[in-house]
Amino acid sequence: MTAEIGQFALILALVLAAVQALVPLAGAWRNDPVLMAVGRSAALLQLLFVVVAFLGLMVCYLSNDFSVALVAEHSNASQPMIYRLGATWGSHEGSMLLWVLILALYGAAVALFGGALRESLQARVLAVQGLIGAAFLGFLLFTSNPFTRLSPVPLDGAELNPVLQDPGLVFHPPILYAGYVGLSIAFSFGVAALIEGRVDNSWARWVRPWVLTAWIFLTIGIAMGSLWAYYTLGWGGWWFWDPVENASLMPWLLATALLHSSLVLERRGALVSWTILLSILAFSLSLVGTFLVRSGVLTSVHAFALDARRGVYILGIIAALTGSSLALFAWRAPVLKTGALFKALSREYAITINNLLIVVATATVFLGTFYPVFMDVLHGDKISIGPPYYNLTFVPIFMLLFVLVTFGPVMNWKRDEMRLLLARVRWPAGLALVALVVGAAVFGFKHVFACAGLALGVWLIVGALVVFARRWRIGQLPAAESFSLARATPLAVWGLVIAHAGLGITTVGITCVSAWQTNKVLSMSPGQNVKLAGNTITMTAVRPVMGPNYEANRAEFDVSGPFGHRALVSERRLYPASQTTTTDAGIGVGILGNVYISVADPNPDGGLTVRMWNHPFVDWIWAGALLMAFGGAVSLADRGVRVARIERVPVRPMMAEPVTS
Amino acid sequence: MNRFIFLAPVGLFAAVVIAFAAGLGRDPTKLPSTLIDKPLPKFDLPAVRPGDVGLKSGDETGEPRLLNVFASWCVSCKIEHPVLLELKARGVPIDGLDWKDEAVDGAKYLAGQGDPYRLAGNDKSGRAGIDLGVAGVPETFLVDRRGRVRYKHIGPISPEDWSGTIKPLMDRLRVEG
Repeated sequence: MTAEIGQFALILALVLAAVQALVPLAGAWRNDPVLMAVGRSAALLQLLFVVVAFLGLMVCYLSNDFSVALVAEHSNASQPMIYRLGATWGSHEGSMLLWVLILALYGAAVALFGGALRESLQARVLAVQGLIGAAFLGFLLFTSNPFTRLSPVPLDGAELNPVLQDPGLVFHPPILYAGYVGLSIAFSFGVAALIEGRVDNSWARWVRPWVLTAWIFLTIGIAMGSLWAYYTLGWGGWWFWDPVENASLMPWLLATALLHSSLVLERRGALVSWTILLSILAFSLSLVGTFLVRSGVLTSVHAFALDARRGVYILGIIAALTGSSLALFAWRAPVLKTGALFKALSREYAITINNLLIVVATATVFLGTFYPVFMDVLHGDKISIGPPYYNLTFVPIFMLLFVLVTFGPVMNWKRDEMRLLLARVRWPAGLALVALVVGAAVFGFKHVFACAGLALGVWLIVGALVVFARRWRIGQLPAAESFSLARATPLAVWGLVIAHAGLGITTVGITCVSAWQTNKVLSMSPGQNVKLAGNTITMTAVRPVMGPNYEANRAEFDVSGPFGHRALVSERRLYPASQTTTTDAGIGVGILGNVYISVADPNPDGGLTVRMWNHPFVDWIWAGALLMAFGGAVSLADRGVRVARIERVPVRPMMAEPVTS
Repeated sequence: MNRFIFLAPVGLFAAVVIAFAAGLGRDPTKLPSTLIDKPLPKFDLPAVRPGDVGLKSGDETGEPRLLNVFASWCVSCKIEHPVLLELKARGVPIDGLDWKDEAVDGAKYLAGQGDPYRLAGNDKSGRAGIDLGVAGVPETFLVDRRGRVRYKHIGPISPEDWSGTIKPLMDRLRVEG
């Protein structure tokens, strides 16, 4: 019965989405407030029905209703509760339902919290959201129905892919999707602005919190995915340039560009059509990301829905949504009011260069991801593209971008002087140089690239702090006055500093682990010990253990290093239901690096094959990413305050950035 | 001029969609083999199982057989393994090529997972694999009674692959002259 309720709720949601797509659009066109208001009600009701459908599927999983085909395929009675819950979105159909749920949540949020928006803009944004919703509810119902019944009903189900049975992965998809789907709001705002033929500072001010929200979720989602790969795949890799990883990276890159370009639009009224184009492309890449990698066009470890019919439908949706919005862009963007001009040396200019570099970097990732498809279509050649390609294209572009990151926030809007600018970055530049020279002296010339990476990290971290030093006029004013300036610092500036410093911390982590990781592979028996990077690792015991739905061979280790002892446990797990083995690595986490131990199957001599790594500073990669997301959240908190203030004081004079030097 | 710049995104996008649409009909897992209807390349590999004869091309028994490329480090091979054991139980001759692997590890793998192979050779350097055009493990070649490759399967063989594709082909080869 629950499944049928879910099914009906989905059908009703589809009808409501269609209403939401059409009625407010007509309302905005005829300037009819009643029709425009329909969009808001439809968005809220659509959310209600999608929630009912989603809860319905969840109940089917929790109650082990194996008459529902999806439940029978991805769950069984012995699967722990949390993974039965996670299995709700662990399948293709379930994850699509989650996608639609988050889309409906965002739509409802625009309906509820978009009160400050111009009414016609809100109506058009909701209409575009409704259109996207209708397209994907249709996809769900017609090609990927999660509620299909099974006859005869099996006694027990199969299993959620054991690799996915991990607490982190239960929450990874919702967070990542909140990022992907959040960009739909930017898309809808962009298309609505094109329909209206009107883009101004207030448009940027409205759209920016949504982009920031999506960006925060994407940042956390990508970091979680990378962390998960690190500790489950059993060899400590943290990024593979897999199509699905690239698919999440590309929208993130464009969202980052969009965050910065919309800042220029908000503050200076420039980069109008460019920002609109980015808002269309960012969501389009999200669509490509969520769907195309699963459609059979590309092979990927994540491709869990290789079904050509779905592929055709998805491609149709992408072609229609992106194609029509780009056509609209080609038609309407040339008549949009172009923004203020700016000099070649100004913050606007720096952000434009930042945007160009990010877009080029995105293009290299896009090309690398889809080159195999293009080659196959053109020549029938099967090729694959790996890390060397990205090291040669993406990495240098990003290093160049990182050099620019420190300049941007200390530049003045409108115009600046090179001499003054260089003086402002003397501290980060000096300390980065010290890092480079000391590094090369300590590690030798063959590590000069790694030392350059470290120098870049220092440049970014110190460069972020310089924003504070400059704002608080440290060294120019008495400490008490600097302190009161510090207390008056807007949260948005805190957010900027935290996020840029986070980028530096991630850079240090990537550099160190790429250049200085060490590893050993050997056969070990209990009592044996081995030295690795200053640690003595002793295998203390090996014994079989039983998990709730797996059997494991558990090896216990004692790691003794300069900072004392710690016990690590590594397991090799067999999930009998699907005959799959997984590795649960033992990881000793430390701020200076991790000890990573994974065990394989037993050897005939009674020993166990043990692979161990020392990953220096690897946690800095994720710590930096989390700092970036936190910086975004801090900045978002500021926006809430500022938007409220705008409502009270409708006319806000354009504030010029204080010129301090 | 300006107008054309604004048209560029939609033009590029159209090209990408056309490429995707063309790519949609193709199976990305299907790699063409240049060996179809050609004899197996020459190789003479040492044994995987201690005290065994190994595997060399030209070991024809006069009946069609499968040549399965596996490795102890390969996860997908473990998924495929029960299917191979089942085929062995049904009397299908399967030879194994242990690719880019230590013979000791290969033997350990067979001792632990069960041994579906008639003959098994160790290709530690991966040289025979190159001649066979092996791109990844597992791969399986269907070799006819005269030692020619007739079909190549990429990835683990599922029961459906066997009953739907490989078995009918093999039955045809068995009656063929």
